[in-house]
Amino acid sequence: MIAEIGLAALWLAAALAVLQMVSGGFALRSADGAPNPLAIYARPAAVVQAVLAVLAFLMLLWAFAITDLSIKLVATNSHSMKPLIYKLTGTWGNHEGSMLLWVGVLAASGGLLAGFEKRLPERTMGATLAVQGFVALGFYAFLLLSSNPFERLPVPAAEGTGLNPLLQDIGLAIHPPTLYAGYVGLSVAFSLAMGALLTREVNPAFARVMRPWVLGAWVLLTFGITAGSYWAYYELGWGGWWFWDPVENASLMPWLAATALMHSVSVLAARDALRTWTIMLGVLAFSMSMLGTFLVRSGVLTSVHAFAVDPERGAFILGLLGLYIGGAFAIFALRAGAVAEGKRFSATSREGALVFNNVMLSAILAIVLLGTLYPLLTEAFDVRVSVGPPYFNPASAIFAVPMFLVMAVGPLLRWKDDKPARLQFELALIAALLIGSIALVSFFGQFALLPLLGLGLAAALGVAAFLPLRGRNIRRVPVATWGMVLAHFGVAVSLFGMACESAFTQERLAAVAPGGTEQVGDFAVTLESVTPVAGPNWTAIEARLAVSENGGAPVILTPQARNFWSPPQSTSESALLTRWDGQLYAVLGQQAEDGRWQIRVWWKPFVTFIWYGGLLIALGGILSIAGRVRVDVRRRHAAAKGAERRADLEALGAGPVPAAAE
Amino acid sequence: MSNRLFLWVPLALFAFFAGLAGYMLTQEKDQFVESAMIGQSLPDFALDPAFGGLPGASKADFIGDKPRLLNIWASWCLPCIAEAPQLETLKEQGVEIIGIAIRDRPADVARFLERHGNPYTRIGSDRISEVQLAIGSSGVPETFVIDANGVIRYQHIGDIREADVAKLIAELEKAQ
Repeated sequence: MIAEIGLAALWLAAALAVLQMVSGGFALRSADGAPNPLAIYARPAAVVQAVLAVLAFLMLLWAFAITDLSIKLVATNSHSMKPLIYKLTGTWGNHEGSMLLWVGVLAASGGLLAGFEKRLPERTMGATLAVQGFVALGFYAFLLLSSNPFERLPVPAAEGTGLNPLLQDIGLAIHPPTLYAGYVGLSVAFSLAMGALLTREVNPAFARVMRPWVLGAWVLLTFGITAGSYWAYYELGWGGWWFWDPVENASLMPWLAATALMHSVSVLAARDALRTWTIMLGVLAFSMSMLGTFLVRSGVLTSVHAFAVDPERGAFILGLLGLYIGGAFAIFALRAGAVAEGKRFSATSREGALVFNNVMLSAILAIVLLGTLYPLLTEAFDVRVSVGPPYFNPASAIFAVPMFLVMAVGPLLRWKDDKPARLQFELALIAALLIGSIALVSFFGQFALLPLLGLGLAAALGVAAFLPLRGRNIRRVPVATWGMVLAHFGVAVSLFGMACESAFTQERLAAVAPGGTEQVGDFAVTLESVTPVAGPNWTAIEARLAVSENGGAPVILTPQARNFWSPPQSTSESALLTRWDGQLYAVLGQQAEDGRWQIRVWWKPFVTFIWYGGLLIALGGILSIAGRVRVDVRRRHAAAKGAERRADLEALGAGPVPAAAE
Repeated sequence: MSNRLFLWVPLALFAFFAGLAGYMLTQEKDQFVESAMIGQSLPDFALDPAFGGLPGASKADFIGDKPRLLNIWASWCLPCIAEAPQLETLKEQGVEIIGIAIRDRPADVARFLERHGNPYTRIGSDRISEVQLAIGSSGVPETFVIDANGVIRYQHIGDIREADVAKLIAELEKAQ
């Protein structure tokens, strides 16, 4: 019954998506100002659809929890011996389940928009819900026609075939759902952008409606990417935290677009500028989400962790992409000319800095997109290439370096027009930090250009992030401003971690007999023993490493080489020793013929700062949302006109704004 | 007007991508990692016998009068069971097949051959996939055509199906 309830809920949800689309579309046919009577069904349809889609997902979750082996998806992706937590995470550790999660989040965000958003004009809301329904419908069709997660087996399986062991990790419990929520949260930004484009209602009020969605999706994406990076780092056992793999890029591209969009929508909300640009980014951000889905699902690109390689499904998603992205770009091309560009500003202004950084972000996005698709392009001419860090790192740095510099200065500039001469002290401080830290580091050794620049920028940015607070009453600084300060500081922290990891990592690869000791950094690593151990669905050989820092008391690390038996696969479980100033990373390798064991140990100074920074960035985003909500609530109470715009101006760090400043 | 034309750029770029992706989807996707060793001489190796019944394998066993097949397999590998009848067919047609058993145990090797037939003249035991990696094989089963000078001429990835037998015979003749 579980499967049938889930399937029925999905079909009903799809039917409601049609209703939502049609009814919402009628909202556009109310030229004389009176609401179209047929438009009233869009909101309830979106809400009920959300409930049904979530219900369908819960049914699948249940089926996985009890390992219902009469369902094909469960039989092929689960196993009764698996720990419960991985049975549950296995729900989305496969193609069909993750698409159902995707649709569930899509419907849920549509439902939330329909249920809670009251500020948008009804016409725009109708058009937005129509677009949202249209997008959802395509993905329902994809699930129901080509990837039915509830398909029954003619005869229930005796046992499941398990889940890819790499996915049996707590990282999988966190990483995909947050990433998906972020991906799909951008669908609302997309629908809003299309809705506003269709009704030509692109203005600050619209931007204020769009902003929390963009911020929320961006926070989730930031968190998902951070968690994913850490998961790949400790689970794959190769010691790296970013590989420029197509699947990683698929999550980075929407994040880059969303980062640009988040800044642009704030400018639109506060200054009524950048209208077309905001709409463009709104379309682009979700397009990147869908493009990522396509790249991961279709098998057109070879990736370490692309799954469900199936050209037929690829063709289906490509069709959806053509419909949505192609359609959106076409409407954009036809309509954007009719959207007035909004207020003007000079190049040396807050807007100018934000535009510059948006252009840099877009350039990095283009670099990543090109690098990701390039192998696809050459393969069409039968040339196999793989594009990796040697391309991505320098190519993106060309745009990232000026972006970080402007990012340090931008928040100090005034809106509309400013004189750089006013910021003599700040500019001198930033330049001194940049040059001083680079000089200091080069004094101690020879380092590559990028890590060196990274360290300099991290120092300058880390201090500059707090400059917007200078000379202000700390207690009266808006929460959203704290959010910005924290997020920018997080970027500096991440950058510092990346630069240190790349400049100062020490590596030792050695064949060690039990009892033997290897030195890496300040650590003496002794291989005490290698013994077999067993888990619930795996066996492993486990090394006991006694790690002694500067001759101190030893700490035991136990890296494993695991063998899962269903499906048969071996994984390498790294062992980590975390210190405040870095991590010791140990991996157990093969046994050589003479009985010695291969041990690989890295000392990675400040590597954890990469992810601390990511978390700070996400936290900054959360503060920013909280600040906006607070302002919102206050505004409703006070009903004082202009208060929010002043708060907006302040939140972007312009300093206290008198009521007359508008 | 030029401003308006600019608005069509995203659509044009997307259309190009969609066309490319659509074309690539229709192309046969090669899922396998082809060995970079094709056209090169076998690396030097000498493996112990995988079980008591047959001698081990070394590079020297491939040098001589005729091309041979090098079959990489293991008793724990299910597709290897599926390809066993085809190996028998190849043997009956006079092809010499030298096996390399990957990460295997003598007793398991003997039991596998007893159950699924023994098409091999020699089987080396590659306990740590050393030779397997050296010749650029990424999984089991895989079969290589080695010419009389010990040069790798052709790689077949995955189990040998009925339809593949003729192809392998043809490659062996090409390697004469």
